[in-house]
Amino acid sequence: MSALLQVRGLSHHYGQRVGCQDVSFDLHPGELLCIVGESGSGKSTLLKTVAAQLTASSGSVRYHQRDDSWLDLNELDEAGRRRLAREEWGFVTQNPRDGLRLNVSAGANVAERLMAKGMRNYGQLRAIAKGWLERVEIDPARVDDAPTSFSGGMQQRLQIARTLVTQPRLVFMDEPTAGLDVSVQARILDLLRRLVNELGLAAVMVTHDLAVARLLAARTMVMQGGRVVETGLTDQILDDPQHPYTQLLVSSVLTT
Amino acid sequence: MTSDYNFAFLDENTKRMLRRALLKAVAIPGYQVPFGSREMPLPYGWGTGGIQLTAALLGPDDVLKVIDQGADDTTNAVNIRRFFARVTGVATTERTSEASVIQTRHRIPETPLREDQILVFQVPEPEPLRTLEPREAETRTLHALADYGLMHVKLYEDIAQYGHIATSYDYPVLVDGRFLTSPSPIPKFDNPKLDRSPALMLFGAGREKRLYAIPPYTHVESLAFDDHPFEIQRWEQQCQLCGSGDSYLDEVVTDDRGSRLFVCSDTDYCGQRRAEPAA
Ligand SMILES: [Zn+2]
Repeated sequence: MSALLQVRGLSHHYGQRVGCQDVSFDLHPGELLCIVGESGSGKSTLLKTVAAQLTASSGSVRYHQRDDSWLDLNELDEAGRRRLAREEWGFVTQNPRDGLRLNVSAGANVAERLMAKGMRNYGQLRAIAKGWLERVEIDPARVDDAPTSFSGGMQQRLQIARTLVTQPRLVFMDEPTAGLDVSVQARILDLLRRLVNELGLAAVMVTHDLAVARLLAARTMVMQGGRVVETGLTDQILDDPQHPYTQLLVSSVLTT
Repeated sequence: MTSDYNFAFLDENTKRMLRRALLKAVAIPGYQVPFGSREMPLPYGWGTGGIQLTAALLGPDDVLKVIDQGADDTTNAVNIRRFFARVTGVATTERTSEASVIQTRHRIPETPLREDQILVFQVPEPEPLRTLEPREAETRTLHALADYGLMHVKLYEDIAQYGHIATSYDYPVLVDGRFLTSPSPIPKFDNPKLDRSPALMLFGAGREKRLYAIPPYTHVESLAFDDHPFEIQRWEQQCQLCGSGDSYLDEVVTDDRGSRLFVCSDTDYCGQRRAEPAA
């Protein structure tokens, strides 16, 4: 099967400082890839550069479109970038407050992407919003409530519903469970695993937590100092880490 | 005409700058054109944007009408009319049909307008997306890309909260199928009058330094949902002065016992109807 995303020699520099350096990988349809690393390893920079939120300093990202043609993201203008972000991709931020519209109801949050795509039937929008609330385990009776009245875990589930409602082909997730209680985290990870399978989503998820990678991702990349130091099947990396840094990460997981 | 001021108060360079901006606005219907707003002898909120546009438009042969909420006799309307009478010497009128330029706050006259008339709106907030998106750079991008899903989020919220689209003033419109535009705080009752109007419609926001236009016969669509179509206000009463059943009515409290009267908000229209011999 042909790749959905092809990343080659990708770098992003903040002035003289390296954000990420010379990263290459392929992502296939239906695949969930985890990028693991500590804070400052460049994993979030890489995610944002791949998702065209940051401009690449060098290297390329190519996206395989539905019509079988390849789109070079370096050549995309602002209008094209926004169309892609709105219609084909999704982005889940670490803090749900950054990804939600806090001054409108939960239902409007879920329905916004559908309205942006031109859906103009209120009854239908509302029915879909309720259906998605149910799918992310939020009581549909809360469809008119403000997200500010939700707990942190509920807000994150609402952001997931808002992102997935248009059935994007590719979703980027930046530490979607960081900062939440462990039990809340587990529930969201279960939910993500289920939805990714049901929808056949391709996803790139950034996490500092190897346990998250083990639960969700068949394949994992380990980053340190802006570079990928090890990449492979998640189970192999966890059971038989090759790079000293990965070995350190794995041993610290096992001891906590 | 007094010699204390340049004709129409503003200097000729300023008027030229305004006319250029107006031409651009007419060329791109609904697009907000920035302009160098001048200090006017009235505070913001009193129609300084509309006044600057009117000043740039008026010639010695024009006949000016000024209305505020449909009435010619409010303090605001009287002050602006007097101001222009003094600095231009042009004739003024209260009759819609006699005016060549009508400056208005919050209404469109009931009397149908003609091709040889210009309506100038006073606009407090030109950006229809502002309450939803406070960042100016972002709203500009949304306009550039015609990315207007956000406006429907607002209408969705209305229906979710009130069971219907509760927005009744400043109801958002799409001009010429392209630019999302604020019609200024007119009642949505007046929105259908914007669509394919024979008269040129100009909008001026002094504080925000923006002007825009709806040229004659431009298609203007009020946004809505398929299952919640756009509707205008209706009254069960008729005007208790002229008997009109299809004009915009104001509810007037007539005494301290709460007695109420429904009368036309357009005072000229109401007066003309009462002056007509009964048919
Ligand atoms: Zn009347």
